[in-house]
Amino acid sequence: MASVSIPTERPGSLLRRPSATTGMWSWITTVDHKKIGILYGVTAFFFFIVGGTEALLIRLQLAQPDQAILNPAVYNEIFTMHGLTMVFFVVMPLSAAFFNYLLPLMIGARDVAFPRLNAFSYWAFLFAGIFIYSSWVLGGAPNGGWFGYAPNSVVDPTRGMTFYAIGLLIAGIASTVSAVNLAVTIINMRAPGMTLFRTPVFVWMGLVVQLLLAFSLPIITIGLVELLFDRLFGTHFFDPAAGGDPVLWQHLFWLFGHPEVYVLILPAFGIISEILPVFARKPLFGYQFVVFSGIAIGFIGFGVWAHHMFAVGLGPVANTAFAVATMIIAIPTGVKIFNWLATLWKGDIRFTVAMLFSIGVISMFVIGGLSGVTHAVVPSDYQQTDTYYIVAHFHYVLFGGAILGLFGGMYYWWPKVFGRFLDERWGKVHFWTTLIGFNLTFGPMHILGLQGMPRRIQSYPESLGLTFWNLVSTIGAFTIAVGTLIFLVIAIASFRKPKQMVADPWDARTLEWLTSSPPPPHNFDEIPVVHSLDELWHRKYAETEGGRVVPVPAGGSEEAHGEAHREGHGDGQGDGHSDGHGDGHAIHLPSPSYFPPLAALGLPVLGYGLIFGLPFVVAGLLIALVGLYGWALEPSAE
Amino acid sequence: MATAEHHVQAPVTDHAATSTGLPNMKLAIWLFLASDCLLFGALISTYVLYRGASIVGPYPADVFDIPYTSVSSFVLLASSLTMVLALASIQRGDPARMRVWLLATAMLGLTFVGGQVYEFTTFADEGLTLSTNVFSTSFYVLTGFHGAHVTVGILMLLTVVGLSFGGRITQERSETVEIVGLYWHFVDIVWIVIFTVVYLIPTGTPPGA
Amino acid sequence: MRRRTILVLGLVALAVVAGACAPNATQSALEPKGPYAQEGYDLFVPVFWVATAIFFIVEGVLLFFVIRYRHRKVRATMPPQVHGNTKLEIGWTILPTLILAGVAVPTVATIWDLAAEPEGDVLQVTVLAHQWWWEFDFPDQGIITANELHIPTGQPVYLTMCAVGLGYEQQIAPSTCQDQPAAVGDAVIHSFWVPELAGTQDVIPSRTTYLTIQADEPGTYEGQCKEFCGLSHAYMKFKVVAHDPAGFDEWVAEQQAPAASPPPGDPAQAGAGVFLGTCTGCHSIAGLEDPKGNPLIANGGPNLTHFASRDCFAGCMMATTDENLRRWLENPPAVKAGSWMPDYGLSDQELDQLVAFLNTLE
Repeated sequence: MASVSIPTERPGSLLRRPSATTGMWSWITTVDHKKIGILYGVTAFFFFIVGGTEALLIRLQLAQPDQAILNPAVYNEIFTMHGLTMVFFVVMPLSAAFFNYLLPLMIGARDVAFPRLNAFSYWAFLFAGIFIYSSWVLGGAPNGGWFGYAPNSVVDPTRGMTFYAIGLLIAGIASTVSAVNLAVTIINMRAPGMTLFRTPVFVWMGLVVQLLLAFSLPIITIGLVELLFDRLFGTHFFDPAAGGDPVLWQHLFWLFGHPEVYVLILPAFGIISEILPVFARKPLFGYQFVVFSGIAIGFIGFGVWAHHMFAVGLGPVANTAFAVATMIIAIPTGVKIFNWLATLWKGDIRFTVAMLFSIGVISMFVIGGLSGVTHAVVPSDYQQTDTYYIVAHFHYVLFGGAILGLFGGMYYWWPKVFGRFLDERWGKVHFWTTLIGFNLTFGPMHILGLQGMPRRIQSYPESLGLTFWNLVSTIGAFTIAVGTLIFLVIAIASFRKPKQMVADPWDARTLEWLTSSPPPPHNFDEIPVVHSLDELWHRKYAETEGGRVVPVPAGGSEEAHGEAHREGHGDGQGDGHSDGHGDGHAIHLPSPSYFPPLAALGLPVLGYGLIFGLPFVVAGLLIALVGLYGWALEPSAE
Repeated sequence: MATAEHHVQAPVTDHAATSTGLPNMKLAIWLFLASDCLLFGALISTYVLYRGASIVGPYPADVFDIPYTSVSSFVLLASSLTMVLALASIQRGDPARMRVWLLATAMLGLTFVGGQVYEFTTFADEGLTLSTNVFSTSFYVLTGFHGAHVTVGILMLLTVVGLSFGGRITQERSETVEIVGLYWHFVDIVWIVIFTVVYLIPTGTPPGA
Repeated sequence: MRRRTILVLGLVALAVVAGACAPNATQSALEPKGPYAQEGYDLFVPVFWVATAIFFIVEGVLLFFVIRYRHRKVRATMPPQVHGNTKLEIGWTILPTLILAGVAVPTVATIWDLAAEPEGDVLQVTVLAHQWWWEFDFPDQGIITANELHIPTGQPVYLTMCAVGLGYEQQIAPSTCQDQPAAVGDAVIHSFWVPELAGTQDVIPSRTTYLTIQADEPGTYEGQCKEFCGLSHAYMKFKVVAHDPAGFDEWVAEQQAPAASPPPGDPAQAGAGVFLGTCTGCHSIAGLEDPKGNPLIANGGPNLTHFASRDCFAGCMMATTDENLRRWLENPPAVKAGSWMPDYGLSDQELDQLVAFLNTLE
C-alpha cells in the first residue's frame, strides 16, 4: 500500500489548509475529483426530483381542457423552471458527475489538472441553482421560458428574468472553468502509452463536450449580459424602438443552445459506448468511426443553430443552408446507432440493468433522431415548430437518450463508486416502469403537436380535440414518477449492504476497473502503463489471430504490472516504468481547501447585489477577492 | 491516514510529464484565451450588427477623437513590450528587473484605463451615455468588457510583483509570469481589433441624422 | 416474451393510428385545406413514411439482435472480438447520406416555393400582432378589424406582418407596418399560425415578415399565436373565415359601412355614452367622434366598428355572448391574465348598457 500524504500546514503560515478527511467539512473543502463527482451527482438528482415535480404540475394542469390548477403567471414560471432545471441543473451536472469521477480513473491519472478549480466549479454550480430557485420568494421565478426570447424577457415586469440572466451567468462560469479543467486533463494527463486512439470513447466524448462548452458558453454569456443590461441599465440591445433587433438574442442564444444539446447527449453516448461492449462481451464496433463522428458533431454542431429559427423569416437562403447543415449533422449522429447495433451483433448479451438502459437509449434515440430529421424538412417545421411535436422530439432525445443513458451509467458504475451494487431485480422494475411511462408521456405528444397544440400554453379548449392524448400523457408522467421513486429506494437501500466489492465485478474493459471499489484517494497505487485500447481487457484476455479470446494466465485485475500479451507477441515487459512505485515513495495529493467554495460564494452575493443594491455588490466582490487571493496564496498551492 | 509530512509538497500535476509536453497551466491559458475570443467575438458582432442602426445621436463621428484614442492604443501596445521584457528578465534570473518591467506594464495599463475613463466621461458630457442609443449600448459594453479585462490584468501584474517580493517567483518558476504575459498580450490584441473595427472603420451617418 | 412484445407493439400502433384520426382536430396540420398547407403536407407525408420505415427496420434489427444474441448458458466461449469493418461503416454512412439528399432536394424546392411572393390577383392584408390579440387591416378595402380574418376562397392572401406595442395607432395606409417605430418599445414576438391553411410565420417588432395563405373551401379555420408572448399567450387566438368570392364582397361592404346608430331611448344609446366616456382612449368606432369632434383612433384595443359581426372576442378567447361580454367588461384582467384593458369599475347598469350598445355594432 502506497504511503499517501496530504500535508496540512507550512510552519508559520497564516493560511492553514483544512485537514478533515471525514464529515461535513471534508465534503465542503474537498478537492478530490471523486468526492466532487459524488457531490455533483447527488445535487443533480435532487434537482431532478424538483424539476420532475414541476413537470408533474404541468401535466396535472394540462390533463384536462380549460383547467385552472395553475394560473398563467405561475404556469409560466413552472414550465420555465422545469426547462432550466432539467437542462442546467440536472443533465449537465449529472454528466459532470460522471466526467469528474471517471475521467481521471479512465485515463490513469490521480486527479484532474486543477483540483481546486474543480471544486470551485461544483460550488458555483450549486450556488447558481440556489440563486435561481431563491427567486420564487424574492420577486418571482423566471417566467420567460428557458430560451428567454427578447423582447418578452426584457419587458417582463417581474424580477424572474433578472434572476434567470444572473443565475445562468454564474452557472456558465462554473461550466466554462470546468470545461478548461477537464479538457486539459484529457489532453495532457493520460497515462503513459495512452495515445488518443487508445483512449476510451467516454473520454473522447468528454473532450468534445468540454470543447463545445468552452466555445459556446462565451456566446450566451454575452447574450445574457446584454439581456441583463437591457433589464437593469436601460441599454437597447434588444429594444426594437431604438433600432435594436430582438432576433439578435435568438442568434446568440442558439449559437450556444445548439452545441449545448450535444453537450447534453454526448456523455450518454459515451456511457453506453462503454456499457454495451462489456455486456455483449465484445469490443465496440468501429471505435475510430465512433470517435470521428463525435468530433464531426463537435464541429458541425456550431453550424446548425438557426434550425431553431426557421419560422423567424431569415429568408430562403438561410433556411436552405441550415436545413442542409442539419441534415448533414444527422449523419454522424445516426451512424453511431449502427455501430452500437453491430456491437450487439453476435455478442453474448447479458441483460443487466445497465445494459437494459443502454439498449433503451438506442431504441428511444432512434425515435428522437428521426423526428429531428423531420424538423430539418423546413416546410414541415413551419407546422411543427413551437408545438408539442417539438416537445416530443427533444424529450425523446434528452430523456430517452441522455437520462436513460445516465441511469445506465449509475447502475454500471455504482459498484465502483460505492462498493455495492444497486439491486438488479428492482432495477429492472425501475427500468420498465420508466420506459413505459416515458413512452406514454411523450409518444402522444407527436400527435398532439400535429393536431394543433402549441407549446407553452397554460390550457387548451375542449373544442380542439386534444383531451384524450393529454390525459394519457399525464398518466405516463406519473408513471415515470413511480419509476423514479423506485430508483430512489433502490439507491438508499444499496447503502444498507456492506461495502464489499471486487475491483472488476463486471469483467470490464477500461482502467477504472483496475483499482479497488471504491478507489483509494490516490486512485492507483501505480500509474498503469497502457499498451492498447481497452487496456484492462487486454491484460485479462489475449486475442488469437482469429479474434478468439483466451484468458491471460498471470494477470488479474489487481495490481497488474503491465505484462500484457498482445496479438501473439512475446511476453513484453511493460514499456518503461510507471511513475511512483508504491513502496518507499510517497504519493502526494493536493490538500483540501476552503477557498474554492468561498470564491464561488462571492458570485451569488454579487448577483443579489445587482438586484438589491450596492452593499451586496461590495460584499460579493470582497468575498470573491478574498477567496481568490487565499486560493493563490495558500501553501502548497503551486 | 498516513502521517502528515512537513516538507513542501511537489504538486501532483505540475512539472510531471504531460501527454503533450506542455505544462497544464499553459495549455489551460491557451484554451481559456480561445474561449475568450468568442466572448469578444460576440460583443464585436453585436457592435457591427448595430452599425448605422441608431435612431438618435450622438453618432460615432460626433464623439470619436481618433488621435486621442490612437495615443492610448499606443500606450497599451507599449505595455506588451514591457511585459515581454519582464518575462525575459525573470527567465534570465533577475527578479528585481522583472518587477520593474511588470510595474511599468501595470502603469501603462493603468494609463490606458484612465484614458478610457476620461474618454467616456467626455462622451457622457456630449450626451452619449449607456442608454442613449444602440451605438452607445454596444460601444460601452464592448469597450467596458475590454477595460475590465485590462483591470483584471493589472491586478494580476501587481499580484505577481507582490509574490515576487515574497520570493515566490523564481527563474525555475517563471511560468506564472509567462501565463500572465499571454493573457496580457491577448488583451492587447483584442484591443487592436476593437480599435480597428470600432474607431478606424468609418460608419456612414444613418439616414435622418 | 416475443409474442407479448408483438402484441404490445400492435396495440400501440393501433392506438396511435386511432388517435391520429381524431374527429375533433380543428387546428390540425394533418388536414390541409389550401394549397400552401397542402404543399407542406405533401412533403411531410413521404418523409414521415420513410422515417417510419427506418424506424421499423432499425428497431426490428435491435429487437432481433437482442433476442438472438442473448446469453444462453450453453455458450461457454467468448464471442469473436470483431473490432469493426471499414467497408460496412462507410456503407452505412453513404446510405443515410443518399436518403437525406433525396429528402433535401424537395425540401429546398418547397422552401423557395413557399417564400415567393404570390402573383396574379392577390388579396393584401396587414397583420399586426398586439399583446394578446390580432389586428387585420385590408389596405385596399380600407377596413380595420380584429380577431377574425375574412378571406375569399381560391385566392392567395398575402399577409404583411409585424408586432406592435400599446402606443400603436391603428390606421389604414399603403403600408401600416413599421411606420411607427416608437410604438414598439413594449412589443414582443408572436407568431401567426393557422395550420390548415399554412405553416407558421413569426411576427416580430422592428421587422416585417410575410406569409401567403389560401383556402380552397368556405369555412372557419382556427389558429393561434405559437411563439411564447407572455401571460396570455394561450389566449391569443384567431379565426380565418373563408367565403366564396361573392360572400367575401358582401362582407367587405358590411365592414366598410359605418357603425349602426342605436335608436334613441334604447339602453344601447346610453351604452354609446358609456363607451365615449370610458373606452375611446384605446378603442375606436368608425363614425363616432371624440369630444373635440375628431374621429376616434384605436391604439392598444381593437377597432370595434363591427364588433358584433364577430363570433369571438378578446383574442378569440371567448365567444361573443352577452354573458361573456359582461364578465369581460366587468374585470378584464381577472378573465385574461395580464390584460392591458383595466377594470374601470363600471356599475351594473353601465355594463348592461355597454353590452346592449356593443350588440348593435353589426
